[in-house]
Amino acid sequence: MTSASLPDESEPENHSAKPATVATAKSGASPVADAVLIRAQAGDHHAFAELYAVHKRRIYSLCLRMIGNSTEAEDLTQEAFLQLHRKIGTFRGDSAFSTWLHRLTINVVLMQLRRKGLQLISLDEAMEPSPDEGPGRSFGAADPTLSGAIDRLTLERAVADLPAGYRLIFILHDIEGYEHNEIASMLDCSIGNSKSQLHKARLRLREALRIPTSQEVQP
Amino acid sequence: MSDDPRTMSCAEFQAQLPELIGSGADLSAHSHLSGCALCQALLADLETIAEAARQLLAPVEPPDKLWEQIESAILHGNATSTR
Repeated sequence: MTSASLPDESEPENHSAKPATVATAKSGASPVADAVLIRAQAGDHHAFAELYAVHKRRIYSLCLRMIGNSTEAEDLTQEAFLQLHRKIGTFRGDSAFSTWLHRLTINVVLMQLRRKGLQLISLDEAMEPSPDEGPGRSFGAADPTLSGAIDRLTLERAVADLPAGYRLIFILHDIEGYEHNEIASMLDCSIGNSKSQLHKARLRLREALRIPTSQEVQP
Repeated sequence: MSDDPRTMSCAEFQAQLPELIGSGADLSAHSHLSGCALCQALLADLETIAEAARQLLAPVEPPDKLWEQIESAILHGNATSTR
């Protein structure tokens, strides 16, 4: 799985919609949403503004939770929508529009992570932490358990500390509500891989949110 | 390794958990789970985390100025540029 499979940077510039594309594009949402999408593909600025209004929160939140900085998240959201404006004519409705837009945004986020010089070279690597980074298992022993109620700030911090690949799957599935087949389409991975990485992410969060055992509690 | 849920070890059950949870199946009647407090606690915690994420981490509204910046970039022809 690499970002190369995401909306292609090398796609030809497309400032005006092609009739054949417009006629087949579907948003995957509703007839009204389809009509807005078709108008936006035809260059209607108001329709594009409607698309922004519909998708801005999820796209900004994805950027914010992946990057952890509101200023950078705004820059990335802007970049994602500018790329959308440039490429919207190439959307053919092979997947839901939201899925396609998320693929585009994930590509923007990954490029930024590389630009920042983080060790994240590809999502493959992010999705496959080294064995000693994986969530621990404690078969046959008393597992740590959660402290009951989880508060928002604690959870946000724990999510922010997840490895990028785990974090991305967790955000897409448990926060944004995408199904595994949609995530597999966004990330060009298998459905099984999406399920496995989500499970590891939740195990890692459980470890981070657990009650310290009696041995760990300082006197 | 046992394929029989009744004789399945915790390791075997937990190895199947990603697929079992991801399938959306009702695990409450799973033979291993009904007799294993350890795996019951694990599953309950994972469900709590997923529920907490849904309830606590709602999408965040971007600042209003962001659309103005995007609109300005589009109107000035910057939509074709990349960072």
